[in-house]
Amino acid sequence: MEGIMEQPFWANGPKPGSFYDFHAGHSSKTTTVMPVKHTQYPMVTGSSVIGIQFDGGVMIAADKLGSYGSLARYRNCSRILKVNNTTIMGAGGDYADFQFLRDIVEQRVIDEECLDDGFNYTPRSLFSWLTRVLYNRRSRFNPLWNTVLVGGLQDGEPFLGYVDKIGTAYQSPTAASGFGAYIALPMLREAYERNDKMSEDEAKTLLESCLRVLYYRDCRAWNKYDIAIVTHDGSRLEESKTLSTDWSTADMVSGYE
Amino acid sequence: MAATCVEFATGGFSFENCRRNAILEEKGLKPPKVYKTGTTIVGIVFSDGIILGADTRATEDTIVADKNCSKIHYLAPNIYCCGAGTAADTEKTTQIISSQLELHRLNTDRTVRVCTANRLLKQMLFRYQGHIGAALVLGGVDSTGPHLYSIWPHGSTDVLPYVTMGSGSLAAMSVFESRYTPGISREDGMKLVRDAIAAGIFNDLGSGSNIDLCVITKDKVDYLRPYDEANKKGVRQGKYAYKKGTSCVLTETVRKVEFVVESTQVKVEAMDTV
Amino acid sequence: MSLQMEQHEYGTPMQRYWSPYAMNGGTGLAVSGADFAIVASDSRLSEGFSIHSRDAPKTYQLTDTTVLSCAGFHGDILALTKYLEARLQMYEHEHNKKMSTSAIAAMLSTILYYKRFFPYYVYNIIGGIDDEGKGCIYSFDPVGSYERETYRAGGSAGSILQPLLDNQIGFKNQQGVVKTPLTLQKAVQLVKDVFISAAERDIYTGDSLVIRIITKDGVKTETFPLRRD
Repeated sequence: MEGIMEQPFWANGPKPGSFYDFHAGHSSKTTTVMPVKHTQYPMVTGSSVIGIQFDGGVMIAADKLGSYGSLARYRNCSRILKVNNTTIMGAGGDYADFQFLRDIVEQRVIDEECLDDGFNYTPRSLFSWLTRVLYNRRSRFNPLWNTVLVGGLQDGEPFLGYVDKIGTAYQSPTAASGFGAYIALPMLREAYERNDKMSEDEAKTLLESCLRVLYYRDCRAWNKYDIAIVTHDGSRLEESKTLSTDWSTADMVSGYE
Repeated sequence: MAATCVEFATGGFSFENCRRNAILEEKGLKPPKVYKTGTTIVGIVFSDGIILGADTRATEDTIVADKNCSKIHYLAPNIYCCGAGTAADTEKTTQIISSQLELHRLNTDRTVRVCTANRLLKQMLFRYQGHIGAALVLGGVDSTGPHLYSIWPHGSTDVLPYVTMGSGSLAAMSVFESRYTPGISREDGMKLVRDAIAAGIFNDLGSGSNIDLCVITKDKVDYLRPYDEANKKGVRQGKYAYKKGTSCVLTETVRKVEFVVESTQVKVEAMDTV
Repeated sequence: MSLQMEQHEYGTPMQRYWSPYAMNGGTGLAVSGADFAIVASDSRLSEGFSIHSRDAPKTYQLTDTTVLSCAGFHGDILALTKYLEARLQMYEHEHNKKMSTSAIAAMLSTILYYKRFFPYYVYNIIGGIDDEGKGCIYSFDPVGSYERETYRAGGSAGSILQPLLDNQIGFKNQQGVVKTPLTLQKAVQLVKDVFISAAERDIYTGDSLVIRIITKDGVKTETFPLRRD
């Protein structure tokens, strides 16, 4: 009998006649308890990431700029990652959060390898995991400030997924984050609707032309970029390249009226 | 003692309530919703003149207010202007400037120049400090050749070979940045402008419906509305006409109106002509 | 839950605000008849003025006799449907039978209310066959208030479709009309027609329509193209 009465009638609830204390007792203490602080804005950031499916594969591309506000701070940041032979990923947003995520993914790939059970990360399994990680971080009000694209071959079929910092996620044959969602995505969609069985070379040319337009129009973009490709022959992160640009219309512009 | 101070009407809008409105809004007053032409509008310079393009959707928040509105406005016989932003502002601004240009034409007996239209527009918009939410693409051909301007709500202007404005401007610009070439032909130019507007229509939710085009050359204007229907409307299968008497009549009263006849003669009077 | 824009003020450091919620649009619709239920949704996933995906239907088949339609914040939709699937599987393992539509509705209500002070920003409509073999619809608010109905529209174009359904299925505001029971064929045709209308006027509804027809024999799926602008 005693044991039952010791339990409060309503766990965590207010005493009869008093109000609910939403601050879990902090207000009754005299010492000031500072709230836990989370990073609520990004520091060094990467801009757009773009990706597309082609006949028998997927590719993801992003430029190599790490911006510090409006300062072009780091000009050689790789934001694309080869996960394993069937899976690649790329991220925009906070660069530190990307590095944190990359370290975890790389460690998990090693752990998976050590089990030696023949199983590996597939694009869908990595995507599913990432979706939960990003959603749970936002639910704790401590988001990983990234938009991530996951690509690869899932059971021999192309896979491309998008997930953002609050856990909005979907699969699509074309995807772009950040400014790329406004500039590159219309180009990718138009090309994909015209030909959904484009070759690897065609897809690469398309991504390059998207990156070029982004370099023209996005203040946080750069002309040096990475591209990662998955085909039936495996995955590869290609050596960084520099975009060719055309400024021939520049001398048509002078004055403002 | 107290002398009457006569205030002369100066014309233009009154801003005396702006501060009051800002305070009211801070206290939670919701300003009335206005139609926005969340829009894709574009213009290019081609070999013989100017091509302007626009979509035809007007939105009020997330609802389509007008499915086929006209966003390419007439300014002068040789000058047209696309408008994005607050629908009323773009319409009234272009009408005001259009009438000023017509007066200018009558005064000077010359075809008005595009730079004149640009100056009038930017000076008006600058005076109103961005409160007139009109983002414009101005194009025309005059004695000095084809001219294309983009004009921002605060009154700044750009002169460029190809411009885009509105919520679909980025989608449209991606088309221009990858395909525009100096001295592009009329046929290729029209295709390019069509594709730029289509990019806005399909990728920007603020833009939609049809594609309007306006091709301005030295002595001819082709106003093509619609130039293309990018989307076909779905065909409904059911019939939704109601039978007669479906509407409920709640009350009915019949009253006889009585007339008092005073005279049956019609008096003929001479027409007042002074 | 409103769309937040980044504010930029001169002279002060720029701070990027974030909201744990986004509105990803989409419309869901459910209609029930004597021995069937229809659950339909469009397939557009959008945010702000952008389209994320044209092929993301918001209907989820829960059992052979129950389909769920969700609209609102897609992150929460993914979490909620994943959790529902787990709970349904647990129920099946424990009781060796599928959960009934009414039981799923009651469970969804408690799941939603469990997050009363950090809600799932999801508007749910469940359609299915009840224990007596009749079509049934349950509609929910984001924190778990629910009721059984015969037809319901929800999501971004819900408020423009519901009056039309009241008129066409509920025969509201019609004098001297013969209230004929809804047939499956008429219901499917009506669903298509109202979605054509919704796509005309609601910017968040379009691309394609997915119709799930639930009868005692299971769930059949039909797709139908809509405007893409």
